[in-house]
Amino acid sequence: MNARPVDRETPDRLYTVTGGRTLGDDDPFDLVSLIVSERDPAPGMQSEHVRILRTCQYPTAVVELSSDLDLPVSVVKVLLRDLLDKGSITIRHPVASSAGRHLTDLDMLKQVLVGLQKL
Amino acid sequence: MGSKSSDQDVLAVSPVSPTRAPLAKTASHGLKIVIVGGFGVGKTTMVGSVSEIHPLSTEEVMTEASRGVDDDSRVPDKTTTTVAFDFGRITLDKRNILYLFGAPGQDRFWYLWDQLFAGSLGAVVLVDTRRLKDSWYAIDRLEFHKMPFVVAVNRFDGPHPSLDRVRQALALLDDVPLIDCDARQRESSKNVLITLVRYLTSLSAQSPVEEPVP
Repeated sequence: MNARPVDRETPDRLYTVTGGRTLGDDDPFDLVSLIVSERDPAPGMQSEHVRILRTCQYPTAVVELSSDLDLPVSVVKVLLRDLLDKGSITIRHPVASSAGRHLTDLDMLKQVLVGLQKL
Repeated sequence: MGSKSSDQDVLAVSPVSPTRAPLAKTASHGLKIVIVGGFGVGKTTMVGSVSEIHPLSTEEVMTEASRGVDDDSRVPDKTTTTVAFDFGRITLDKRNILYLFGAPGQDRFWYLWDQLFAGSLGAVVLVDTRRLKDSWYAIDRLEFHKMPFVVAVNRFDGPHPSLDRVRQALALLDDVPLIDCDARQRESSKNVLITLVRYLTSLSAQSPVEEPVP
């Protein structure tokens, strides 16, 4: 029900945006990694890169970029990788994303609890 | 916030993220909680009731080998499908930003769990008592992934079974928190999240301190 053939969408666009590349195992990005621009967009840059650099003047999560650009998360990660390799962005990593580590330390949980109680 | 009629103006001056305010420059830690449940159970409603932004949606593309591929085929056919999910955001403090994901509980989604939701603080299983069976698979998968969770019964109109009966029907262990909620109400959804975080705190306090991975 939540899965639908991607054919219905625009696979050409997805392919064009990434040049058919995927990150595979070399993936430094989490859904909630906060991305920050370190440079302004340069002339001639791919339009998606320009949008990412503009948006990330403020910290922005990978998943928010995916929603803004209307592109699947894995495609956005390829675009981000390009920018990371050029030093155009930096990543602020999520706290609890070490693989398999589900029990986060108590201090962090306390901060979350305090934040929620203030809502 | 501007009135709806000013949306055009907002778009004109802010072409990047017209629908929401940016995070503070000090934001540095993204955190995840996943709300899992069957179709129509109220996941997006719950996300929306506590989120500081209007829930957004996005998707991930999944590639899987088709079934029934010939053994001697060197290039197996692959099918790509898209799994969509919603999310919202809560700024907890200057540094910590909590993202809430509303995710479908169906089979296909779980292929993406490790890719998308590994490292979540925990999960909320949102339950409709008229369709308890929808939750069995989600609970089974969360246990498999060793992801701590609480179960929240989204109360709809009409008669509903007691929490004891729900616990029995779902074969929940005694220590898994089970609570009523109204996903439309901010305070109620907030209470569900607080229940989860308190539960995570108790689990964390019980377990030996893990050495940080370098």
